[in-house]
Amino acid sequence: MELATEVRAAHESSSSELSTRVAELEKRLASLEERSEDRVTIVVFSGDLDRVLAAFIIATGAAAMGQQASMFFTFWGLSVVKKETTFEGKTVFQKMMAIMSPDSSQALPVSKMNYFGAGAKMLRTMMKQKNVSSLEDLIALAREMGVRMIACEMSRDVMGIKESELMPGLECGGVATFLGDALTSRVSLFV
Amino acid sequence: MSIAFDKVLDARGMNCPMPLVNARKEISKLDLGQVLKVMATDRGSVADFQGWTKVAKNVELVAQETEASAGASLYVHYIRRTV
Repeated sequence: MELATEVRAAHESSSSELSTRVAELEKRLASLEERSEDRVTIVVFSGDLDRVLAAFIIATGAAAMGQQASMFFTFWGLSVVKKETTFEGKTVFQKMMAIMSPDSSQALPVSKMNYFGAGAKMLRTMMKQKNVSSLEDLIALAREMGVRMIACEMSRDVMGIKESELMPGLECGGVATFLGDALTSRVSLFV
Repeated sequence: MSIAFDKVLDARGMNCPMPLVNARKEISKLDLGQVLKVMATDRGSVADFQGWTKVAKNVELVAQETEASAGASLYVHYIRRTV
């Protein structure tokens, strides 16, 4: 008789413990699901045509797959979202930087075999022959598909690139803007 | 085998990521349950459409076929809008 009571008590305590644990796990699962969005975040640090192409193909592909996509342009990557170069009101170093940097995405070099721009021209021609979208088409597509594009405020300021030199409609932000998206992303890349 | 579809997207000659991007655009114009047939020449599209339909919650892969046309392979994908 005593044994049966003990067994029942043990059984009841273990099942209530189990349901508490299940409830706890469900809570943790819900918070995990909340934390990660369907988002892909890409840092575009490079200003090389080939690397940037890869970044835009991933971003537009992600958007097509129903993911949110964010691109954070910093340092050499700012050249990708430039529309023109101005020299007014820049320091000597900033002017030198402006002379040596590409004016826009059209003038980006390739990371290998650039040969003063001949390599980039050749790659563009080869891509056209294969009917691959140009970088400019992909940029337009990314914007149309709602890819979030953020220009890094700090590197823009250091390099003396004015907001008026960048494409209109970009967001500006810093590390927390990137991390805010990256921390809730399933995929983060540095290009 | 013939599979019923409601709309056709001709993605022949397009390269990554354009077949996917255009399919996404087209499928959003369809009603729930309707099927989009995509014709592509990009070999990568076979795995791409599998990946997309695995990840996205609003589409489902009905079937994939490879046809030979004029010496080149034609990759045909059937996708259903589910949400």
